[in-house]
Order: sequence, then structure tokens, then C-alpha cells
Amino acid sequence: MPSFLFWIFAAVMLGFGAAVVLNRNPIASALSLVISFLGLSALFMSLDAFFIGIIQILVYTGAVMVLFLFIIMLLDLRTETRRKMNVVAVVGGAMVALAFFAQICSVVGQLGAAQQSFPPLASPKMDDVHSVGLLLFSNYNVPFQIIGVLVLVATVGVVVLSKRELR
Amino acid sequence: MDYVFLISSFIKIVALFAVVLGIVNYTVYAERRISALIQDRLGPNRVGPAGLLQPIADALKFLAKEDLTPGHVNKFYYWLAPCLAMIPAITTLAVIPFGSTLFGVPMVIADINVGVLFVFAIASLSVYGIVIAGWSSNSKYPFLGGVRSTSQMISYELSLGLAVIPIFLLLGQLRLTEVVRYQIEHGWMIAPFVGDWANPHKWLLAIPMMISFVVFTIAIFAETNRLPFDLPEAETELVGGYHTEYGSMKFALFFLGEYVAMITGSAIIVTLFLGGWHFPWIPDGSQGWGWGLVNIFVFFSKVVVLLCVFIWVRWTLPRFRYDQLMRLGWVFFFEIALANIFLVAIILAYFPS
Amino acid sequence: MAITVSRPKLNWSERLYLPAIVAGMVITLKHFKNMLFGRTKVTMQYPEEKWDSQLPEHYRGAPALVRDESGRIRCVACQLCEFICPPRAIKIIPGEIPSGDRFAKVEKFPNEFDIDMIRCIYCGLCEEVCPEQAIYLRKDYAITGFTRADMVHDKSKLLEIGGVMQGVVLKWNEKK
Repeated sequence: MPSFLFWIFAAVMLGFGAAVVLNRNPIASALSLVISFLGLSALFMSLDAFFIGIIQILVYTGAVMVLFLFIIMLLDLRTETRRKMNVVAVVGGAMVALAFFAQICSVVGQLGAAQQSFPPLASPKMDDVHSVGLLLFSNYNVPFQIIGVLVLVATVGVVVLSKRELR
Repeated sequence: MDYVFLISSFIKIVALFAVVLGIVNYTVYAERRISALIQDRLGPNRVGPAGLLQPIADALKFLAKEDLTPGHVNKFYYWLAPCLAMIPAITTLAVIPFGSTLFGVPMVIADINVGVLFVFAIASLSVYGIVIAGWSSNSKYPFLGGVRSTSQMISYELSLGLAVIPIFLLLGQLRLTEVVRYQIEHGWMIAPFVGDWANPHKWLLAIPMMISFVVFTIAIFAETNRLPFDLPEAETELVGGYHTEYGSMKFALFFLGEYVAMITGSAIIVTLFLGGWHFPWIPDGSQGWGWGLVNIFVFFSKVVVLLCVFIWVRWTLPRFRYDQLMRLGWVFFFEIALANIFLVAIILAYFPS
Repeated sequence: MAITVSRPKLNWSERLYLPAIVAGMVITLKHFKNMLFGRTKVTMQYPEEKWDSQLPEHYRGAPALVRDESGRIRCVACQLCEFICPPRAIKIIPGEIPSGDRFAKVEKFPNEFDIDMIRCIYCGLCEEVCPEQAIYLRKDYAITGFTRADMVHDKSKLLEIGGVMQGVVLKWNEKK
């Protein structure tokens, strides 16, 4: 992927990430987060990690954010948009965020690994779906199975709960 | 960059877009004619020979209408929603192999290795158009339509995803061109009499594939908001659902989006279960460009047949009640699809071919 | 008293819905097929197919003025039709036939004779009341126009629709 696309998608991601915080309207915030996720998945895909990128869209954008939107839509938004800005809170929040950002910059600047440039990634022998699957089922087999059982129990539990007749 | 790739991709995108929009227009026409014939009427037959120019007249009417924005809507999102309804449906077409090869160029725009996941991911975005339309209209019927649509699409996406897992258990691949290649070698997923028909393993596998096919098709009906699952737009209860407040070309975009989603859904069903562009005794595009064109024609013929089934079902079945719909999705199809996965896994583990 | 309606117990195949769905689809397919092969009666395709030949004898279409064999307008401008017309669609301005004319004996003729076809209700009272048998309801029913003025039939238009009435029509003969 050409580097200018990287910069575009990174800018999209960061810009809309900031919009999540800055927007007064919760729906606008949620939608900004959606676009931010899309930029993130584009960055994943630029690293040939199609699987992760697509799962990012499928799970977060397609399911989780839709549920968020669903809940936000049911709320009364007027009170939120009408509320006055608290100047002290805004200034304080901005200062904390700036301090955190400065800290990250200083840490990354002193980190040895961040200064050297790495050779480009060698293209993998098999596609990423296979490598993710292999890794999950060999190195992390037991945790994977446990999580699978957990999710299955949750779904079965939901079905049982919803099947019960209300008296 | 490879200029042949760029130019051929561009041509493919433009051609596919044109073909699909053409099919969309004539699906609307077919919908009106077939529904009329089912109800013992004639349908639109005035504009042009047998009414064939009706879609053009409709489009002109939509374009010429006043583009009204009601005063009480949330302007920005009101304008955004029709675009969001149209884009995901069209984007999904990018990964579907609609033909073999033509002059050595594979007839798929982007043959990515997570094909079917891409389809689901983009299809799951189509709910945003409806939700935002319902919310930004700032009126109660569209809002109810939006809420219904959100829960419906999330529920049915689950069975949609689970229904295709058997295929990928069988193949060990997510690439859609591989699915088609497998079906050429071993017969269509739900029609084992094509290809090596004497293989008992294939007949055994056809049972869960048939279940998958039925669940998947019904879930596609729900995903595209078609009757009997058209609760988001149910005219009789919600006036028009999420697009009640829309008019002229913005309404047309919702309308087209629904039909494009229908075409995409049919194309996925064809690719996954009905052998894609393959038809027995028709060679692929490597035998000459004529056969390549025939393959493309076969693919779109299958899609058109499925579209007719969509229309046929729409004008036959009554609408489900909302709780019945949710029940059907979560309690019935979800379990069937889950059990089906186990069935395929058992077949693959204990009855290897 | 509240009545508890007992719902029928559905058996396994009925609860699966699929047989019922298939049965419904077969029915619609049958309708589709019959319609496609023209085995169902459908509405007449109006401008191409018309029912003119089957119009009944007593059909009341547009009112019209008639001439007699010698070409005279039968109307003598007595204005009876104008008075009896329930929606007041008829407007007559009588004129006098000059004394040198061949039909001077008749004395009066309609200088202008307008029937507003937007108002006309095709009741046929004008035809019934006319002592000279000059106005008849013909079988024209497709009366169209782009403006309101188009829809007013003047004398020439009425005569064009009416044409010539041969012989003496003694419409009261049977009542004698």
C-alpha cells in the first residue's frame, strides 16, 4: 500500500477519534467512532491482515456500534446537547490529555526500538486466515476452547431465558 | 503499478455496475409485472412495447420531482442516510466471482482471501442507512422502522453467518473463487447429481448443505427487508417505515438500495450453493472468450431466477408479526444452523470421502 | 362473560409452516401461469379494445342536435330543453329566420346552442321534452378536452355529432 494511503487513513482514524470526544451529539459521536473503526480496519488491511481488518468491521462496526446506536437512539438527546460547557472541566480534561500525550511522546522518543528502521515485512507463505487459525488451534488451543465454551454457554443461556414463558 | 490490472479492474467495475443497475431497474419492472400476473392483473404495459420502458419513465419521474426536505428533520443525517443505504449493497459485489475468465482476466473485481467475511462485514454496515434514516426523520413511524430494522438485521446476521460455516468447514477456505472451483469439481452444493454423482459422501453432505441453503436464503430475505420479513417498512402499520419522510431521488436511493441488496444476496446464494457461474457441459473462459461470456450469462441467469423467487415469495406470503420474527430468528434458525455445523463436523470427521 | 377461545393444536408439520408456504406458492404460481397464457379474464385494454358494438339500444351518451332530410336544423329554439335541464347545462340564444328564407314558416332557429359537457348528467330529459325531436342522446361517451372551454359543445359540434335524422320520428306514437 502506498504510504500516502497510510497517512490518509491514519488521519481519518485520528480525526474522527477526536470527533468522538468533541461532538456534543451522542449519535454524531457514535458515527464518528464507526468511521474511526473503518480507518483502523483499512490500516490492518494495509498490513495484509485482511482477516483482522474484516473482523474489526464485522464485530465492532457491524454489531457493537449498531447496538450502541440503538441504545443512544432510545435516549432523550435534548438534555445532552443543551447542557452548558463546564469551563473548568474542559480545561482540566484538555490538560490531562496533553500531559498524557507528552508522556507518550517522551517515552516513545527514548525507546531504542522506535528509532531504528525495520526491513519490510516478508510476505507470508500462507494467507492470514490460515495463520490465525493455526496459531489459535496450536499454541492457544486450551484458552480458545474455554472461550468457545463460555460463549456457547452464554448463547444457550440466553435462548433458555428467552424461551421461558412469562407467568 | 501494473497498468493491465488497473485498466481491467476499472472496466470490470464500470461494467458490473452498469449490468447490476440495469438488472435493478428491470427487477422493479418484473416485480410489478409478476405481482400483477399473480393477482390476475396485467401491470404496467403502456410505456414502450409491453411496458419495457417503464423503469426509464420511473427514473425520470424521480429525477424531475421536487426534492423536499421536511422542516423537522436533522438535515445532515437526513441527507446522509440514502447514500449509506446504497453504498454497502453495491460494495459487496466487489468480491463476487461473476464469471470465469475473459481474455485471461478473472471475472471478479477483488479476489480477497476473506471473501465471504467481507460480504458479511459490508452487509452489516447497511443497517446504518436505515437506522440513521429512521432517527434523523424525527418522527415516530420512521423511528419505529429504524428500531425494528436494527434488531432484525442483527438477529438474522447471526444465522446468516452460522449457515455458511458448513461450507467453509468443508473447504477450509474463505475465498469465494475457491468455493466456485470446488463446486465445479464436486458438483453444486445442493445439487450433488452434478459432477461425480456416484460418490456417497457427496449425497451425505448434501443434507446439511440443503439445511444451510434454506436457513441462508431465509436469512437473506430478512437481511434485505423483503416480505415476509419487511417489518421495517411495513406499509400497513408503519406508513412506510424508515423512508416515510423521504421523497423524490432520496426515496429512490432507498428503493434502489433494497433491490441492489436483493441482487447481492442472490449473487451470494448462487456463488455459495448453486455453483456460481458453472453449468454442466459448458466449458470455462479458457476455451475462448465466447465461453467466458456464456459463463457470465449463466451467472446472471441464475441470479435472475432467484430474484424471481424473491418476488414470487413476496407476493405470496403474509408478513410475520414482530415477536414471531424474533422468535424465528433466535429460537429456530439459530439452533438449526448451530446443529447443522455439528452435523457437518461429524460427517467430515467420521465419514471421510 | 369472557369466552376462552381454544386455539387449535398444531401438529408437527403444521408448526413447521413449510407445507403451508409451499401450498400458498403453488396457488400463486397457478394464478401466474393462467394469467401468462391468457386463461384468466382480465380488464379490457380500453383505448385499443372498445365495447361500442355491445352498447345497448337505450344507451344515453352525449346529447346532439340533428338535421332533417332537407338539411334544416330541427331545433326551433323553443328553449324547453334549456328549462328542463336539471344541471342547467344547455344555453340557447334564439334567432329569427329571415322572411325570404325557404324555411321562413318555422320562424325561429337557435342562433347559438351550447351544452356544457362538464355539467351534463346524461339524464335524457332534453330528448324527452323536445317537441320537434331535434335533440337526441347519441352513443358517444369519450368526451374529452384540455380546457373547460373545450368541454362546451357549441352548435356546430352538436350538429356534427348528431348528423341527419331520416324521416319523421313519431316518438309519441306508441304512447297514443
